[in-house]
Amino acid sequence: MKKPLLTGALAAVLLGGTALSPALAQDAKKGGAMVVTYKDDVSTLDPAIGYDWQNWSMIKALFDGLMDYEPGTTTLKTDLAESYEMSPDGMAYTFKLRPGVKFHNGRELTAEDIKYSIERTVNPATQSPGQGFFGSIKGFEEASKADGRLSGITVVDPRTVRIELSRPDATFLHVMAINFAFAVPKEAVEKHGADFGKNPVGTGAFKLAEWTLGQRVVFERNPDYFDPSLPKLDRITFEIGQDPTVALLRLERGEVDILGDGIPPARFLDVRGKPENKDLIVEGGQLHTGYVAMNTTMKPFDDKRVRQAVNMAINKDRVVRIINGRAVPASQPLPPSMPGYAKEYKGYAHDPARAKALLAEAGHPNGFETEILANNTDPNPRIVQAIQQDLAAVGIRANVKTLAQANVISAGGSKEGAPMIWSGGMAWIADFPDPSNFYGPILGCAGATEGGWNWSWYCNKDLDAKAAAADAMVDPAKREERLAQWREVYLQVMEDAPWAPVFNEQRFTMHSARIAGPDAVFVDPVHIPVNYEHVWAKDAQ
Amino acid sequence: MAGFLARRVGGALLILLGVTAITFALLFLVPADPARQIAGRSASAATVESIRQQLGLNLPLWEQYGRYLLRLAGGDMGRSYIQRTEVASLIWSRLPATLLLMLGAIVCELLIGLTAGVVAAVRRGRAVDNAVMVASFIGVSAPQFVVGILLLYVFAVQLGWFPIGGYGTFSHLVLPALTLGILGGGWYSRMARSSMVDVLRQDYIRTARAKGAGPGRIVMVHALRNAVLPLIAMIGLDIGLFMSGAVVVESVFGWPGIGQLTWQAIQQVDIPVIMGVTLTAAVFIVLGNLLADLMAPFVDPRIRLR
Amino acid sequence: MTAIGLLLRRKSSVFGLVVVATMVAAALFAPWLAPLPPNEQFFEGLSLEGAPLPPNGQFWLGTDQLGRDLLSRLIYGARTSLLVGVVANGVAVLLGTLLGVIAGYARGRLGAAIMRFTDLMMAFPALLLAIALAAIFQPSLWIVAMVIAMVNWVQIARVIYTETTALAERDYIEACRALGAHWPRILLRHILPHLVPTVLVYATLGIATTVLLEATLSFLGIGVRPPEPSWGNIIYENQTYFATAPWLVFCPGAAILLLALGFNLLGDGMRDALDPTQRGRG
Repeated sequence: MKKPLLTGALAAVLLGGTALSPALAQDAKKGGAMVVTYKDDVSTLDPAIGYDWQNWSMIKALFDGLMDYEPGTTTLKTDLAESYEMSPDGMAYTFKLRPGVKFHNGRELTAEDIKYSIERTVNPATQSPGQGFFGSIKGFEEASKADGRLSGITVVDPRTVRIELSRPDATFLHVMAINFAFAVPKEAVEKHGADFGKNPVGTGAFKLAEWTLGQRVVFERNPDYFDPSLPKLDRITFEIGQDPTVALLRLERGEVDILGDGIPPARFLDVRGKPENKDLIVEGGQLHTGYVAMNTTMKPFDDKRVRQAVNMAINKDRVVRIINGRAVPASQPLPPSMPGYAKEYKGYAHDPARAKALLAEAGHPNGFETEILANNTDPNPRIVQAIQQDLAAVGIRANVKTLAQANVISAGGSKEGAPMIWSGGMAWIADFPDPSNFYGPILGCAGATEGGWNWSWYCNKDLDAKAAAADAMVDPAKREERLAQWREVYLQVMEDAPWAPVFNEQRFTMHSARIAGPDAVFVDPVHIPVNYEHVWAKDAQ
Repeated sequence: MAGFLARRVGGALLILLGVTAITFALLFLVPADPARQIAGRSASAATVESIRQQLGLNLPLWEQYGRYLLRLAGGDMGRSYIQRTEVASLIWSRLPATLLLMLGAIVCELLIGLTAGVVAAVRRGRAVDNAVMVASFIGVSAPQFVVGILLLYVFAVQLGWFPIGGYGTFSHLVLPALTLGILGGGWYSRMARSSMVDVLRQDYIRTARAKGAGPGRIVMVHALRNAVLPLIAMIGLDIGLFMSGAVVVESVFGWPGIGQLTWQAIQQVDIPVIMGVTLTAAVFIVLGNLLADLMAPFVDPRIRLR
Repeated sequence: MTAIGLLLRRKSSVFGLVVVATMVAAALFAPWLAPLPPNEQFFEGLSLEGAPLPPNGQFWLGTDQLGRDLLSRLIYGARTSLLVGVVANGVAVLLGTLLGVIAGYARGRLGAAIMRFTDLMMAFPALLLAIALAAIFQPSLWIVAMVIAMVNWVQIARVIYTETTALAERDYIEACRALGAHWPRILLRHILPHLVPTVLVYATLGIATTVLLEATLSFLGIGVRPPEPSWGNIIYENQTYFATAPWLVFCPGAAILLLALGFNLLGDGMRDALDPTQRGRG
């Protein structure tokens, strides 16, 4: 079992510099096909709407945005933009578009399309879950209530677009790299209307070849893609409705190439134990943290000492053991692969004696009774029962309630909904690899509203101010200073302890022997399960 | 006959109306706010409110229901909140697979159940009878997931006689139908057996025997016809049940049926889809029971349709 | 020979009686019978990588995914299974039989109304009801039992209805009516006895399907609250693991099987012992 230190090192390798070693990139052949299995239906491939971990990367293969990430890393690079310029005060960005980019319907991309696509996401009629990400663009307040037209976006000429912000935003380039900013052609959207999600037309390396509802989705190579070396594969077939256990059986028989839902927990140990699978399983970090959120507005969790006691009561190593080592114990809100992670901070050690002492100090010498909610998909019921036992050992008698995901989320978003929630299976995986993404919706005051995702209802105005200041540091030279500021924010969060971070999930991607690529693209932090454009087939002709 | 059918159709419409009302009311009780679900994690209150208005969720319950019925009458089942696709096309795309599996399963159930049940009844009290009984209980107690994976592993992975799940040809249908057939066969065999035993004990059978008719003829002609009646009712029930309940088998074998759609919709509280599949299931339940009632007089002519 | 005597003469009936008695004892006396606490997660109950242990000296039937003793959990789980499989299912069977017989004998408007109501209840989205209840109430076995009873009666009502319609048209029923017998007497003496085999099938097989249904409902949030054990839940949580930890599926499955089978054998024995046409045949 890999120790956290080793994994951290692996993550560091992934982050630093380019992940594609020149030699491997040359070995990559073009051509061939791949089969990926999923259990759930693909909901939509509309970049303005798709927001689940399944379609997120599929959309990335069909569409492009102004910015993207170096494959296998969290480093930003230009994509549809050939170059960009930021004004000295950080309030305006000018992007020059790459020439000769074509949509799948043949039309060439212009700056108008960029403006249209972003405005479409902001338009309330689209009902896009990504609307809020563009809050820093000038004119957002009015546009988000009216028709999406942003005064802050100007088409300077067919290849230049200028975006003005209402405040300096250090995450802006990340926002230009997420799916909600991807370019869509107006005529295709108007032609299909609400069904654009089932008839996607983008500029990406792949285009949609077939969609048989409930059975399969097929992508095929876009021959006019602006980067002629991509994609490597000719064809990807996504098979839907496949149970993960059966998918694994089929992979072992050579019928399936990638397990979209990952290695089923039931077979994890035995599959990893087989020597022939050594090269087929790639392990990597994820921008994920699993935590227990405590409702700071509900007694007795309004007392910081009680919350800290909970942190000390949970035996994280034991929990990780129960899930067969598929995670690393977490000490803080940010995961190890996130910039801004505090490497030396150890968090709260497992100390039941101290926890009991703290509880007694807070007025609960005999503990108290409470409730903890969790999602009902495996392994979360197990995890929450393990946590339950740990809490009972210090006197906190927590009744477990496992519900369908939508119900837990709804309870978390209501003030009297739940005293404690185990976040597994629901939150939090980063939308983009920047520390601010772990703060705003889930720890910031803005998220502590009815229906919000700040399930601990934690609202620290000082920290909010600090966070905003950090996000205003747009000068690339100040990057380290900004990260240090974020680090401070999170350390303060740990001091206040609205959460008890438990573990960061590791990713294990299993692929068949005929699919190859640099390890990094199999555990690409931004693409799940793999970076579709960069994997290649050994048996391509 | 015409009167009978007319009354049944009228009853069916009332039932469908009742089902939509109950489902609508239940969905209202489930505390998941669709506007928030659609709006996503980073949405502002204004966005959520705007979505709520667009979907008509801020209207009073009875008005929402009325609108739904009106659209339904025009053939519009609405759009899935999660997928944004039309519910009707989601259901329609999965209907043929579901019907095929239903047919295959019923055939398997009958083959296994009738054969085992009749044999057990005729050899009542002997080893065969006990063996069939134990087998039936095993068939009913065994979790479908396990049965399915076992069949898949032995016959598809190891022996390679069938494809490992999937949809499209007859050989894709065999294993999933068999899995369902084992469970159903357990029920059918017990029912067939007990029914046959009861019939075989009746006086008119003794009379036939006394008159000299051989055992084969007795069983096949007289007893079977009478014993099969409860099974007719069960087939009618199965038609309705298979429309909603086969999610495990569908998932193990990658069969694109309605069960998976239903289960996903319930977990995600995707209201339009839940309404749609519940309605579809209700239609088949009514049809299935109607069919059983129509078939009954063929089996036992004394039954009159009323 | 008395009925009890007849019952005890058959080996299968005795076996059934013993099985049922054992289950009931387990349900009533679990704290004294179970070797270990059922909800305690033992550190030594899992392998180093966190895998459950097969049956061994300390854990006679092995452990589950959290290192808890399976045997103790099965013993405590008998309570749930009896309540759900026998009581809830029993109520459903009785209700269904009652409604089915009335509808099948009375026919006409009453019969039609009952049958349409049955259709409606069959179409009732039980899973949705479960989720709605889960959000409102605390998980409770009584809620699950109620939902199951509400949902399960329809099938037997349908089958009983069909059989009763046939039985009611028999010539000797006409004769009874002509002789002036009232409907309670006809129902009790001439129709119900022929329905007993069907009722028994649903009462016994239904035990197994109900226990498994309880697991699905618990998954949705009503019913047994973790970490309380129930046979159905243990199977449900571990069915994907049956290749690596088969005892977690096989043992509770065997328990369910035995319970259902035990009732079946007992029921058969009782029916034959009480059936006048069977006396003297052995």
